[in-house]
Amino acid sequence: MKSMGATQEEYYRGVRMVPYDLVKELMLALAGVGILALAVSAILSSPDVAPITIATWAQSDPVDFVTTATNELAGSTTSAGYGNPYNTNGSGQAWGPIAPQTWFGTRIPIDSATTFVIEPLQRGTSSNTELATALDTWQKADSDQQGKWNDAYTKALPTATVKDGKVTVPDGDYGPLPVMMSNLLGIAQTGGLDGLLMVNGRFYQTDYTPALLFMGDGGYLAGQAQQWNLLGDQWGMMNETGRYPGQTWLWLYTMWYQVPPFTSDSGFLGLNASNADLGIIILMTLLTAALALVPLIPILRDIPRWVPIHRLIWRGYYAPKARQ
Amino acid sequence: MNAAEPIPEQPSSWTVRTRRAIDRHLPMDHLLPVRQPYFVGSWVYVFGVITIAALVWVVASGVVLAFMGPQWWHDSSVGRFFNSLHFWSVQLFFIFMVLHLWGQYFMAGWRHGRAATWAIGVVIFGISILTAFTGYLSQQNFDSQFIAVNAKDAMNGAGVGAFFNVLNFGQMYGLHIMLLPIGVTFLVVVHIVMVRARGVVKPIDLEGGTRS
Repeated sequence: MKSMGATQEEYYRGVRMVPYDLVKELMLALAGVGILALAVSAILSSPDVAPITIATWAQSDPVDFVTTATNELAGSTTSAGYGNPYNTNGSGQAWGPIAPQTWFGTRIPIDSATTFVIEPLQRGTSSNTELATALDTWQKADSDQQGKWNDAYTKALPTATVKDGKVTVPDGDYGPLPVMMSNLLGIAQTGGLDGLLMVNGRFYQTDYTPALLFMGDGGYLAGQAQQWNLLGDQWGMMNETGRYPGQTWLWLYTMWYQVPPFTSDSGFLGLNASNADLGIIILMTLLTAALALVPLIPILRDIPRWVPIHRLIWRGYYAPKARQ
Repeated sequence: MNAAEPIPEQPSSWTVRTRRAIDRHLPMDHLLPVRQPYFVGSWVYVFGVITIAALVWVVASGVVLAFMGPQWWHDSSVGRFFNSLHFWSVQLFFIFMVLHLWGQYFMAGWRHGRAATWAIGVVIFGISILTAFTGYLSQQNFDSQFIAVNAKDAMNGAGVGAFFNVLNFGQMYGLHIMLLPIGVTFLVVVHIVMVRARGVVKPIDLEGGTRS
């Protein structure tokens, strides 16, 4: 192993030096890359598919919206049973004793039924006595009664009909749910719920956590994403809307979601589809550390010597005449 | 002491020591060299400088977008062009950086005391991915929405989501336009200084090995 030597002069002693203009090289690179970037930008532009609003969702697929809101009340959505950092209703992901999702507690508290349904309706009851009565009935009912109404309404929703944007289910004992859901749908269709889910007691808002969690619980957002090949099982994280490259540098991270054990229910060594996120983050952390430590890892650091690509890169050096 | 007489340098002065250390480790002849070893001839050596050039275009277009605010490029054709310039500069930056990484790997560029330079390069790659990720989350379009909803599970599963909330636009935007670019730029400067201080590595000799 050769050492660096105390100075560059010592390191390069005996090596023939040739003229070099670093600043010119940098300026040419800036100009060349700039021309390329400007040309591609002018010709191909960039992707910008408009975001989905809760109003769009409620207008385009009111049954999915009402079903999601009903499930939020029932506590059966992903958000409702998520666990930390939103609530304690789920255990979160763990690999044996390694459960970082629980380490920092409920730092972003979300009670799905209250945040997504009850509070927005309470804000809309000021001039609506029918809604106020329905909410009062719901909140005074015990959990068994609420569960029965929820079950009956949830079972009826797949047969619901939509007319003029309103959702109608066959007659049944749903308690106050039809009135609550009809009002929530109406608020959402006018765009009111987009604002109500951002209410934080202050004027300025930049945190979209409640709105995105609520939309994520429904089927509409995922349905739109599927059309753009953005779902997780479509290598979604590295894709982009339209015919544009996305975060292609995430190919290795995304690839693990497509292969066992991270696609399997049974898995291997405790890693499976249910804790795939945690397992893949751990795996990628180890691989990144290995890449940084390549100079210290036998075999990995020896491959460049075994694979003669360096002979192409330094073909002038390896040419017999040049070395003499 | 006459006012016209020069004040002798105090060897114990921190400033003098710093100046001498810089002179010793990074003289101007190394920082901006006018000569290089004859074996530096391959196009592979260009991958590093064009990565830096792409980063300059990323930062320059990003400064314009940051100055005009996150809504601007959705409503203005000029804004859309600057967003496109930012978008494609980022794509070029990653393409060149990965080519640079593979080039340095097959040259075993970490040899002869350059392991830290290699490791910092890998850290730059990692922080660049995080910077780009927060950029995709800051676009305020459908892509941002779904990436946020999809990515939260990975962040939460790893315990990071409690502090790094991908659903919080304000947090992601602040990280994207301020802290992370400063981190990337600072480490790139350190990386370049380390390369210039030590010079380019010699070719792999048959007897030389590839250890650091």
